[in-house]
Amino acid sequence: MRRLLGMIPLLLGITIISFGMMHLAPGEPAVVGNEFNPKVAVQDIERLRAYYGLDKPLYEQYWHWLSRLAVLDFGQSFSSDGRPVMAKITERLPVTLWINILAILLILIVAIPMGVISAVRQNSWLDRGMTVFVFIGFAIPSFWLGLLLMILLGVNLNWLPVSGLHDYNWQQMSFWDQQVDLFKHLILPVFVSAIGGLAGMSRFMRSGMLDVIRADYITTARAMGVSETNIRYRLALKNALLPIITLLGLSVPGLIGGSVIVEQLFSLPGMGLLFYEAVLSRDYPLVMGITVIGAVLTLLGNLIADLSYAWADPRIRQRGNS
Amino acid sequence: MRVFTEHGLMLVGGIIVIVVALLAILAPWIAPYDPTAIHVRDILMPPSWQHWCGTDTLGRDVFSRMLFGARVSLAVGFVAVGISLIIGLILGAIAGYAGGRSDALLMRATDMVLCFPTFFLILAVIAFLEPSIWNIMIVIGLTSWMGVARLVRAEFLSLNKREFVLAAHSLGVPAIRMMWRYLLPNAMGPVLVSAVLGVAGAVLVESGLSFLGLGVQPPDPSWGNILTEGKDNIQIAWWLSLYPGLAILITVLGYNLLGEGLRDIFDPKLQ
Repeated sequence: MRRLLGMIPLLLGITIISFGMMHLAPGEPAVVGNEFNPKVAVQDIERLRAYYGLDKPLYEQYWHWLSRLAVLDFGQSFSSDGRPVMAKITERLPVTLWINILAILLILIVAIPMGVISAVRQNSWLDRGMTVFVFIGFAIPSFWLGLLLMILLGVNLNWLPVSGLHDYNWQQMSFWDQQVDLFKHLILPVFVSAIGGLAGMSRFMRSGMLDVIRADYITTARAMGVSETNIRYRLALKNALLPIITLLGLSVPGLIGGSVIVEQLFSLPGMGLLFYEAVLSRDYPLVMGITVIGAVLTLLGNLIADLSYAWADPRIRQRGNS
Repeated sequence: MRVFTEHGLMLVGGIIVIVVALLAILAPWIAPYDPTAIHVRDILMPPSWQHWCGTDTLGRDVFSRMLFGARVSLAVGFVAVGISLIIGLILGAIAGYAGGRSDALLMRATDMVLCFPTFFLILAVIAFLEPSIWNIMIVIGLTSWMGVARLVRAEFLSLNKREFVLAAHSLGVPAIRMMWRYLLPNAMGPVLVSAVLGVAGAVLVESGLSFLGLGVQPPDPSWGNILTEGKDNIQIAWWLSLYPGLAILITVLGYNLLGEGLRDIFDPKLQ
């Protein structure tokens, strides 16, 4: 609860920063695209500005926006369809959430065993190979990896689709074919989203595992005759897994920010692509709405990480109960 | 043996860093073609002896464009890191030296910025300020100082308890001189490491922004915006996608290896 309250100033800070930046910047939505149009009179532009509330002082605009934000009303998009921002976001959000959740699952499933094997067989060829993978994973631009995979698997081999969520004949497919089709469309985006996290997590897991294996209580357990398998996979693994939770929480902002690039690359109709389009068309309400939602998602991710850490660590759990 | 291999990797990183820097500095002299010269008859030529990395949709030589792109990437990397170093050093020094309430406040603010999806903020700001190389440098710098601030604070806190610092304190050395003369030089190692790694991060962010069309604007070349053309011509021109990305990968890898190597030297307990 205390943590929830602690998030409020952060959220306020974010709204102020993003609001201020966007309104101080040159280029107004009521003017952009109309400035050289002889059919649009100066009065019309004034009328447009009044309609969107752009003629009022900044602090008033901000207060107006913020007070409606409290009831999850982000106002209406500046785009020609003029739909509420919230509706636009909610229809795009699931795609982004699914891709990121799947990416996190992929990271966990692959990185933890990789890190453990690397640590247990320290300095073996396997460990060296994985270290190389980690360094490349850190350095590779995810969108470039995506491009290469698109060229190789999509264009040359024609195994996987390269854009969108569905095939053009999605409507005619049976239910199962639709699932298979969706799965095929998701493989590349999820893998590309996950690559950076994969590298970071497996490296972290490896060093965590190495630390634990060297700890005194493991030596004690070994001296007491606990079998090596038990030591590695029950005692050590459990303790090495704890910090992973924190790292997972920290990787959420990167994943959410990265969804802009991944969704743009694969033309996926998610929140990242929506944000990109909103930024290009200077759709203030939409940009600010998504920024706030993105921040809320990040905070939620961190909160979940903190809670699960508290749940997984008996020391903190104990303190919470007493 | 282990020490040898680690330093070997660092050496590889250092060589990459130097070579890329030289290529960037010498670009106007070694580039075989003018990076912005349009040759209508040589559109989308695959790699050959004339054009090592092929040509793009306007017949411009991709290799020459990549050489000039290296200038952009490194300039953004260095200036952005410079900005983040200044902010991080000042905030970290204040927090670590003053301690107490100002420390708590500054570190709380740092944690807040740390858990914000900065790429969103960067994108929004860049788009609204008009994309340009200067804006990119500033925005990346303004959103990446948190690591340095934390580092400097931690170093200052631990240095503050050391004898030579206590001695200086008891001699009445003024605060600014204290930080500048005694604390900062001793905290420089980790800061250097994080600066080197920071260049790698900034190069990646810049390429991502340029790829989205929100970074360096054509006709000025950058690794990211050549890749955008690669994406647009994905069916026909693989070379537009392959080479610039490889340049990013190698450069970032070089800085990462160098940074990790330096970290091992400055902080032997991590071994």
